[in-house]
Amino acid sequence: MSALFAALVFWGAAWALNIWLANSRFSTTRVVRLVVPVLFGVTLLVLWEGIVRGLNVSVVILPPPSMVAQTFAASTDILWIDFVQTVLKGALRGFIIGFLAAFICAIAIDRSAFLTRGLLPIGNFFAALPIVGVAPIMVNWFGFDWQSKAAVVVVMVFFPILVNTVQGLRATEAMQRDLMRTYGATYTQTLMKLRLPAAMPFIFNGLKIATTLALIGAIVAEYFGSPTRGMGFRISTGVGSLSIDLVWAEIAVAALVGTTFYGIIAWIEKRVTFWHPSQRG
Amino acid sequence: MRNLLPVLSVLGALLVLWYLAVAPMNIRVALDQVERGGATVIPEGSVERRDVSVWRLMAQNSAHVKTGYALDRPRLPTPAQVGQELWKTTGAMAMKGRAWSKRSLIYHGWITLQSTLWGFFLGTSLGIIGAIAIVYSRVAEMSLMPWAIISQTIPIVALAPMIIVVSSQMGVDGRGFPKAIISAYLCYFPVLVGMVKGLRAPEVSQLDLLKTYDATGLQSFLKLRLPASVPYLFTSLKVGIAAALVGTIVGELPTGAISGLGARILIGDQFGTPLAIWSALFAAAILAGMLVTLLDLTQRLALRRMGMQA
Repeated sequence: MSALFAALVFWGAAWALNIWLANSRFSTTRVVRLVVPVLFGVTLLVLWEGIVRGLNVSVVILPPPSMVAQTFAASTDILWIDFVQTVLKGALRGFIIGFLAAFICAIAIDRSAFLTRGLLPIGNFFAALPIVGVAPIMVNWFGFDWQSKAAVVVVMVFFPILVNTVQGLRATEAMQRDLMRTYGATYTQTLMKLRLPAAMPFIFNGLKIATTLALIGAIVAEYFGSPTRGMGFRISTGVGSLSIDLVWAEIAVAALVGTTFYGIIAWIEKRVTFWHPSQRG
Repeated sequence: MRNLLPVLSVLGALLVLWYLAVAPMNIRVALDQVERGGATVIPEGSVERRDVSVWRLMAQNSAHVKTGYALDRPRLPTPAQVGQELWKTTGAMAMKGRAWSKRSLIYHGWITLQSTLWGFFLGTSLGIIGAIAIVYSRVAEMSLMPWAIISQTIPIVALAPMIIVVSSQMGVDGRGFPKAIISAYLCYFPVLVGMVKGLRAPEVSQLDLLKTYDATGLQSFLKLRLPASVPYLFTSLKVGIAAALVGTIVGELPTGAISGLGARILIGDQFGTPLAIWSALFAAAILAGMLVTLLDLTQRLALRRMGMQA
C-alpha cells in the first residue's frame, strides 16, 4: 500500500508545482512550457506504477512501467526487427506511395472544375469511412509480406491527402490569380509560384492526419497475416502467450514512432510554411 | 444540388473502372474453375499459368473472361454481386422477419452502432469537459493540450488487444465496453479541439459587455461562450462520429469479436468468403453516411432555431 500512497503524494506535489509554475511570472518561458506537460506525463507513469505495485495487480494484466522499460532495454533486437518490418517497410513506403498518388491525382483533377466538384464530396465521404476494413482484402491480394501492409496504408492515406490538396489548390484569392495573369504567367508558373505554396498549409494538414493513419493501417494489416516479425504480429501473439510486458514495449515503440513521425512532418511544415500566420509569433 | 451531376458522373466512372478491373483480377480463379469443369484452357494447369500475365491469359481465353463476373469466391466481386449480397443480408432478411438473425447485417450493424454511440457519448463528454478545463484553467491548458495531441499520434490499434485483456480481467462483461473505450479515444480529440476553439470564439468586447452587466462566470459561460461554441461543436461532432465508428470497427477487427460489422469482416476473412467482407465494408460505409447525415440535419435545425444560419 505504501507504493500507492507514495504515488498519490507525488501526484499532489506535482499538481501543486504545476499550478504554481503555470501561474508564476515564468509561465511564458520556454522551459516552463516544456516542464509542465512533462511533469504531467511523469505523474501519470508514477501513478500507474504506484497503483500496480500498491494493489498487487498481476503482471499478466498490467505490468508496471519500470518492468516495461526493462523489457524494452532487454529486447531491443526484436523491437528493431519489428520496427524495420512494420514502419520502414510497410508504413513508410505506403505513406510515400499514397502521398505521391494523391498529390498527382489532385493536380490532375484540379485542371477540371467539373471533376473537382464531383470528387470533393466523394473524397470527403471516403476519408470518413472505416477504410481499415480493407486490410484482409489487401492481405489476400498482395500476400503476407510488407506489400499488403503498404497497400492498406496507401488506401488509407490517399483520401485525406487528396481532399486537403484539392482544397489547398483552391485557396488562392481571385486577386492573386489575376495578378499572375497580368504578369502573363503560364499555368505551370502560376501553379509553382502561387498555388502550390498557398496550398502547403492544407497539404501538411493532410500529411499530419495521414501519419497516424499510416501506422494504424500497417499494424492492423499485420493482424490478418504477416511474416513472423512486425509490431502487429508481436502484439497479437504477445497477447496470446501472455508476454504482456513485450506487448507494452511494442506499444511504447508505436507511440514513440507515431510522435516522432508527426514531429518530423510538423518540423518540415514549419520550414516550408514559415510565412503562414499560424507559424509566426 | 449543383454538385449532383459531377458527383454522379464521378461515381459512374468509378463503377465502370470497377467493372473493368474485375476481369483481370478474377481471370486466374475463373480459369481454374472452368478447367476443373472440363473446358480447355491455354496454357493448361494453374501452375503453368502462374508466370503468364493476366492480359495474355485474357487474350488467349477470351471465351472464359465472363466467368470471372459470376464467381462464388471472387478476388474482386462485381458491384452487382456486392449489392445482391448486401440486399440478401439486410432487406431480404428483414422482409422475412429475420432482421435480428445472426446472419443479418442489420443485427451486426446494430451491435456496431451501439458501441459507436457509447464511445461517441463518452468521447464527446470527455472532449467537452476537457475543453472547458482548458479554457478556464491555465494549468490544464499547459499540461493537457500537448498530451491530447500526442495521444492522437499513438496508433490506438496497438492498444486494442490490451484494452480487451485488461477489461476482461477486471470482470467487465461483454465486448461492448472495450470497443466503446477505443472509439471514445479516437473521437474525443476533434471534439476537444473544436470546443476549445468554440469556447474562445466570443470576442473580448462581448466578454467585456457581460462584465459591465455584472454577469457571473457561470452566466457568461451559459449565455455567451456555450451558444457561441455550438457551430464549432457540430462541425467537430461530425468528425467525431465518423472517428467513433472507425474506432469501433478497429476494436472489433483484431480481437476475435463474434458480432458487429468488424467481426463480419474478420469472419469473412477466416472462412474465405470475400462477398461477406465486401458487404460488411459497404454496410459500414452506409452506416457512417447515415450517422454523419443525421448530425448534419440536426446541425442545420439547431442553428436555424438559434438564429445562426449554417
